[in-house]
Amino acid sequence: MKAPLIKSFGFSRTLLAATTALGLFAANAQAADDTIKVGVLHSLSGTMAISETTLKDTVLMMIDEQNKKGGVLGKKLEAVVVDPASNWPLFAEKAAELLEKDKVSVVFGCWTSVSRKSVLPVFEKDNGLLFYPVQYEGEESSKNVFYTGAAPNQQAIPAVDYLMKDLKVKRWVLEGTDYVYPRTTNKILEAYLKAKGVAASDILINYTPFGFSDWQSEVSKIKAFGSAGKKTAVVSTINGDANVPFYKELGNEKISAEDIPVVAFSVGEEELSGVDTKPLLGHLAAWNYFESIKSPANSEFIKTWHTFIKNDKRTTNDPMEATYIGFNLWVKAVKKAGTTDTTKVIATLPGLETANLTGGSAKVLPNHHITKPVYIGEIRDDGQFDIVWQTKAEVAGDAWSDYLPGSKDLEADWVTLKCGNYNTKTKKCVGQTN
Amino acid sequence: MSKPLTSQPRRTRGWTVLFAGAAAALALLLGGLPAHADDAASATETEAVSAPAAADLAGILAAFAAADFSTKDQLISQLATLHDPRARPILQALLDGHLETRSSDGKVFIVEEYGDALKLTDPLTSTAAGDGKPDDFERIRSNNALRKTLKVAIAQLELADTDPAVRIAAVKQMRRDIDDSTVASLRAAFGSEQNPKVKHEIAVALALADLAATDVDARLAAVNALDGEAATDVYNALMPLLGDADGKGIETDPKVRAAVIAAVHHINLWRGFYQVLDTLFFGLSLGSVLVLSSIGLAITFGVMGVINMAHGELMMLGAYTAYVVQQLMPNHIGLSIAVAIPAAFLVSGLAGVAIERSIVRFLYGRPLETLLATFGLSLILQQLVRSIFSPLNRSVTTPEWMSGLWQINDLFSLTYNRLYIVIFTLLVFGALLLVMNRTSLGLKVRAVAQNRSMAKAMGVRTERIDALTFGLGSGIAGIAGVALSQLTNVGPNLGQSYIIDSFMVVVFGGVGNLWGTLISGMSLGIINKLLEPYAGAVFAKILVLVFLILFIQRRPKGLFPQKGRAAEGH
Amino acid sequence: MRTSSPLMTLLFGDFGSRVFYALLLAMLIVVPLLNLGVTETSALHLSTYTVTLLGKYLTYALMAVAVDLIWGYCGILSLGHTAFFALGGYAMGMYLMRQIGTRGVYGDPLLPDFMVFLNWKELPWYWLGFNHAAFALLMVLLAPGALAFCFGWLAFRSRVTGVYLSIITQALTYALMLAFFRNEMGFGGNNGLTDFKEILGFDIHLASTRIGLFVASGIALGLGYTACRAIAVSRAGRVVQAIRDAESRTRFIGYRVENYKMWLFTFSAVLSGIAGALYVPQVGIINPGEFGPINSIEVVIWVAVGGRNTLYGPVLGAFVVNFAKTYLTAALPEVWLYALGALFVVVTLFLPQGIVGLVKQLLEKRR
Repeated sequence: MKAPLIKSFGFSRTLLAATTALGLFAANAQAADDTIKVGVLHSLSGTMAISETTLKDTVLMMIDEQNKKGGVLGKKLEAVVVDPASNWPLFAEKAAELLEKDKVSVVFGCWTSVSRKSVLPVFEKDNGLLFYPVQYEGEESSKNVFYTGAAPNQQAIPAVDYLMKDLKVKRWVLEGTDYVYPRTTNKILEAYLKAKGVAASDILINYTPFGFSDWQSEVSKIKAFGSAGKKTAVVSTINGDANVPFYKELGNEKISAEDIPVVAFSVGEEELSGVDTKPLLGHLAAWNYFESIKSPANSEFIKTWHTFIKNDKRTTNDPMEATYIGFNLWVKAVKKAGTTDTTKVIATLPGLETANLTGGSAKVLPNHHITKPVYIGEIRDDGQFDIVWQTKAEVAGDAWSDYLPGSKDLEADWVTLKCGNYNTKTKKCVGQTN
Repeated sequence: MSKPLTSQPRRTRGWTVLFAGAAAALALLLGGLPAHADDAASATETEAVSAPAAADLAGILAAFAAADFSTKDQLISQLATLHDPRARPILQALLDGHLETRSSDGKVFIVEEYGDALKLTDPLTSTAAGDGKPDDFERIRSNNALRKTLKVAIAQLELADTDPAVRIAAVKQMRRDIDDSTVASLRAAFGSEQNPKVKHEIAVALALADLAATDVDARLAAVNALDGEAATDVYNALMPLLGDADGKGIETDPKVRAAVIAAVHHINLWRGFYQVLDTLFFGLSLGSVLVLSSIGLAITFGVMGVINMAHGELMMLGAYTAYVVQQLMPNHIGLSIAVAIPAAFLVSGLAGVAIERSIVRFLYGRPLETLLATFGLSLILQQLVRSIFSPLNRSVTTPEWMSGLWQINDLFSLTYNRLYIVIFTLLVFGALLLVMNRTSLGLKVRAVAQNRSMAKAMGVRTERIDALTFGLGSGIAGIAGVALSQLTNVGPNLGQSYIIDSFMVVVFGGVGNLWGTLISGMSLGIINKLLEPYAGAVFAKILVLVFLILFIQRRPKGLFPQKGRAAEGH
Repeated sequence: MRTSSPLMTLLFGDFGSRVFYALLLAMLIVVPLLNLGVTETSALHLSTYTVTLLGKYLTYALMAVAVDLIWGYCGILSLGHTAFFALGGYAMGMYLMRQIGTRGVYGDPLLPDFMVFLNWKELPWYWLGFNHAAFALLMVLLAPGALAFCFGWLAFRSRVTGVYLSIITQALTYALMLAFFRNEMGFGGNNGLTDFKEILGFDIHLASTRIGLFVASGIALGLGYTACRAIAVSRAGRVVQAIRDAESRTRFIGYRVENYKMWLFTFSAVLSGIAGALYVPQVGIINPGEFGPINSIEVVIWVAVGGRNTLYGPVLGAFVVNFAKTYLTAALPEVWLYALGALFVVVTLFLPQGIVGLVKQLLEKRR
């Protein structure tokens, strides 16, 4: 090394250069005052892109529609789309980016439980507002999150009731992907079934990893378990990608829906659009919305969706309805509160009601969940569902399951108790309060 | 399903008529037992009972168009009571989803998809009724409960079929749902049945029914008759007699109980034996998937030394090719797979040549840098299919001949798609071996791999051989993609889920050795499946990986290490 | 070299190191100032979000330095280094989980939330002790170190080299990922460990804590870098480079090749573990995804993009690639993978020595 070069790059100048470089990072977020920013936090790449891209498009469509109606509070809505790339730490980082740098008024996002858990501390710290549109395992109620998807008592328990009462199922296989949603759901169902008098030997619980594709052994295990002279059903919390090979294997093994029906909680129209539905005929799914439900709101929604996405073949599904409900609730709350200030909007939301797509209405409960009807559908050969059962009225979402020992004493109420996990026995609120 | 059902010759004998009457009565009974009755459904059901009094075929058919499920259930029963030979094809068509109503006049036809059009058959006259457009017709839908009713109704009609195989299938179908009326018709059939095999099946069915008899001797005789039978429904019927966990439902008579225990024991012996066979087959089929997905890599990585991280994406291209081919020829699903294989070879192969010419050729001798470049490439390819085909999975239909089950006996069956994939893997492997060992291309490939400069000196155009070799490996990846499209999702992530396993297989087998790849893939598959019942799917895989790591410590160059000076190059 | 003291040689022996130290020091001074010292309304204010982001990059840079030490200097391409990173992260995560105490949603004083709702009755033995920061810190060093030592002991004595070694390191991290995914393991399964409250008594969400973590990451990077340089310029470092260039020859001369490799590998793993431990409190979550084999490949790519065998190159690479990723995932969410993929291809094809190599070439020309 020669001396002159070192001098020309002296220490002070390096410092100066570094400072300038860092200036690039400095977030001079000068939020334009004429728009309201809406954050969209859905994976557009990676493993979850399959499901989440549709929800991003749904939010964009809703924003589009709202802007056609003149926006909210006289301002246009502006979408801020980021890609957390199915990477859970990146979800937290992107949430912070949306809230701290872009200063969005509301975020629609997340699909998997882990992504929600990852962003939760960020939303609580920055006092953000998240609408979470996917059915999930419950056991959570945050002041800053509104859960517009189903809690276990709005999907899993009614489905099991149906199987038990109408199909006279006596023997149960709880088959799931090994992560928190199936684990919790199955824990709840196991406790529920036992409470209903099902013997432990009549319940088989089994977990497989994400994206599992070699189902031969598992399916033959189910087949063997089902051959004990009692009507057997499979309750499937198998996630996304693993479903196609699972149903293919069922079909090839000639396990038809008449013998061993499978009721799935994560298989909807969108998932079926990527599947040859022949082997699935007659298997069941439990949701709060099906595309095939006839109602004026639904036909209108489907029409708008087809126009927006420029493809008549695209299906709609349950999380899309949840996004639709969440978005409309937010717009209503902002209008009512007269501001986008999150504290005020959050305080306004409980008690608000908006029409869902199936002819009923969704009401925000004090525990930040909503009321939802439950439908059970049989898979048709065109990838749609025939509704075979539905609840008489909307079911209120329960944040804390009554069937788990750890959570049956807990209660969430952000209106009177101002607490997401109030212990009714010790009369104490642990965790986040406000 | 394309066989015209109407052309089957039928003889009407006296007892057939009698039997049909019984069947009709039964069907009525069944029809009255809807499997799920919510309030709305039961309301219409009561109406339905009184409503369509149309006793003739035409009337019933016409009523189907507007009927809901419970009404349809009634209509099916009525259809069966007609003891009309035309009823069976109609029921079958309904079961297969081939019964459709014309929107314009509500007339019902049996349809068959024929190109973009529908070929119509008038169910009343059993004659062709011209063509129609799919948009003008609406399918008469069925659901689970209805399909069950249909299957039993058809089975009862089929008991009179001339083909013994059909009769056996019918008896087996009826065995799944035994009640008084099924038993009555089976008993009637038992007397007149001539074929010993069919007679045997009926005897088993009757014995199954007798298990519930109040008479101890009848029960004992039934159990003894069932001893030696291995069918699942027999096992299903015997197991509850041993009582559940609380001892509920246990057989009360000690003699009968002993006989049940003996019979179940016999079945269990057989079940155990076939379970081992099953596991081996599962292992082989998992192994062939592993071999198939890694054999292309055995060329690009094993022979050429390129750490091709885009290998998975080349398989993905093959799978998407299968999808596109199927979209192009929607009416020849069976054929489309056959077309897709060469097409996928070409698409992935050409992509491979392009990759080699544009990227890999600058990186020879720097294997670790090929890893980085091809990893970047794999990201680009993934995003490319996301942009073109959307991030959603695509549906590739499994052709008829590949779906279903080869039922070898009551306890042992092989699924066709798995079986074909094992065979297909061996064929691909054989073909590749032939190319590498018996053709001039193979000779040159091996020469270049062993000593590039010497090969060049002998007049081999090494650059061209490099491109062709990479293309060959990539093309085989494409073929593997077609096979995978039959087993799993066709989506942008397809490649990523196989890439790590592929590398493991090649390394375990020994880099540069095709036989090693075959043996390592198959043995990893079998080890995995042997462990799975005990350890669970995830833990089995972990154990296999740990085994692999330890194995490489023992034999650092894999199962079949390359020998000689060429080996040092890697 | 005519410099007098060996320490000075070590620190300022080459131009790249001087730039590295200068920039790092500048960052450690300027960033806290701009965050805490400047009012939020000012255009110069640096948000806590950015501080955390930079802190994350610093831990990535440390990881990249660790990988460069074994790849650039010893020729061991590990495709499983995130295993050590994640283990360090999990050790830290377990400490942070235990710090939550009764503030979890179920208010259980001992068990983390995920254990409560999965009906675990008591804390598994391997969670004991993690309530003490000192023990956790020890585990941050020990867990990756011990694994690397065992693995290295097996692999290097059996003379597993080159591609084979790369693939089995990948198998290692893949197996660990699958294992940590299992809920039975007691590490929270797919959700991992999250919802941390405080570290060493400081609220983890406070800006000042973030600054502290940022500074700690910077210091860790500085020390780790210095240690790696010390190894690189030492006698042992020259042996290591000899191994890279001609392993058999070095062995025949009489050096115990496997020992050099083993200890270097272990040291590199410990550095990665420290990086992981600093990463977790800043991003707020650790889950099995961090073990992903693909992540390991990405680290290698940072090193390659920056320029390997330099130690400062990987630091640059980690910053450039991750900044590009952060920027592109927000600015061009639909097409960022094209850009990233193209970057990797272009760098390997046209910049075999990475960005540092390019800069050197340009400087060379100017002279």
